[in-house]
Amino acid sequence: MSDNLLTVPSRTYPSCSPSASRLPVEKTYYNPADLAQFGNVTEWQADMGRKFFDYYGEVFKDGALSEREKALIALAVAHAVQCPFCIDAYTTDSMQKGADEAQMMEAVPVAAATKGGAALVHGVQVMNKAQEQSM
Amino acid sequence: MKSLKATGHQLAEPAFQLTVLRQEVVDTLHLPFFHEKLREASLFPLAPVAPAVLQVNVGKMCNQVCKHCHVDAGPDRKEIMTRATMQLCLDALAQADIPTVDLTGGAPEMNPDFRWFVEQLHALGRHIIVRCNLTIIVANKKYHDLPEFFKAHGVEMVSSLPFYTAAKTDSQRGDGVFDDSIRALKMLNAVGYGQEGTGLVLNLVYNPAGAFLPGSQKGLQEQFKRMLFKDHGIVFNSLFAITNIPVSRYLDYLIESGNYAGYMEKLVNAFNPVAAAGVMCRNTISVSWDGYLYDCDFNQMLDLKVASPVRHLRDFDAATLAERAVVVNQHCYGCTAGSGSSCGGTTA
Repeated sequence: MSDNLLTVPSRTYPSCSPSASRLPVEKTYYNPADLAQFGNVTEWQADMGRKFFDYYGEVFKDGALSEREKALIALAVAHAVQCPFCIDAYTTDSMQKGADEAQMMEAVPVAAATKGGAALVHGVQVMNKAQEQSM
Repeated sequence: MKSLKATGHQLAEPAFQLTVLRQEVVDTLHLPFFHEKLREASLFPLAPVAPAVLQVNVGKMCNQVCKHCHVDAGPDRKEIMTRATMQLCLDALAQADIPTVDLTGGAPEMNPDFRWFVEQLHALGRHIIVRCNLTIIVANKKYHDLPEFFKAHGVEMVSSLPFYTAAKTDSQRGDGVFDDSIRALKMLNAVGYGQEGTGLVLNLVYNPAGAFLPGSQKGLQEQFKRMLFKDHGIVFNSLFAITNIPVSRYLDYLIESGNYAGYMEKLVNAFNPVAAAGVMCRNTISVSWDGYLYDCDFNQMLDLKVASPVRHLRDFDAATLAERAVVVNQHCYGCTAGSGSSCGGTTA
């Protein structure tokens, strides 16, 4: 039995270790555990790092938009930029701020529609170019 | 759904829960001990302040079996406070200047002597809080007059509603709980609870339906107020955002879902010394159904009695209790994370 299994007489629990699902780091560019290390990126450029995270903290504060609305925007952006760290973080953050599944899954198609639209709108360029070169 | 105790689950045993929390079972998880964190914050040993709240757990019987319940309460739990033990509470209150009595359970209203106890506490002039699960009000005809009873005795209502939609509420508290809770809230509103100018206080408790921490209490309150009024015409006073504590059924949920280690890491990483200084156990004395004394309801469920020669109501002595240090363990990280958590919401 693996060390990661917590066993009691009545049942066997699934893994309790955050490292259990982690692939060897050299086998993947994305390691879920790196999310928790995000703050450490300031180590080699402390001044710039501090300024970035100060700004970051300020951006997500309650203002004209609520913290929940901002978390949902960030969740949509996370999908647009396809950042697994951001999707992980902002799914949790959206839930913490009181968003439910329906709200989160309305945010994601906003990203899909915007990205899809961004591709499709270039079709006008195709039409323009094609017409320019046509008789 | 049955309680952990009724199914013979090992996590029903406080001693086993403590071995899990102390990382004696999951040896891959290495979290700092809570008392060490307190020591770093110059808060160890944790000293009590003047007691402001006597929190009385009048029994583990409940009409609901919520997935996150730290009491492991349910219809199959028979532990219930007797009138004799309630009298010991009244005797203790008569000799101590504790302004508020907070009644909890289980569903406290299911105790056959619940109304008698509230009447006696009211006669003593104490501020009474009842932690009502709402659905008990509509569970049986004999409880339908509870809103009027609460009103007559100036009771402050504190009621759990984990979300303003049915799906999330029912996923935590059981099928149909949301609809019944809405019916009960409307009955409380109808007698004046939560209504401006009545002085009848109706507070709601939000706790996350999952393995995450609560967000801003202010933001959640605004959202709950807007949505409950828009969808159901319901009003209330304040929303308390409470962190789920890794005890009993919530601990079981965390382990079963593979979230235990991640959740504990979240709690530890969010340790806030300001929240630690304001934890409710410093001004609370918690009483179990059988009259034993604890620093809080969570310690009660882990059978961590007060560290004092006075361990039972029959020996109650406020001066001796004031000399104790609060008993802490790994679950205490739940009350010190982020903005802090207590039975009255955030603490920092």
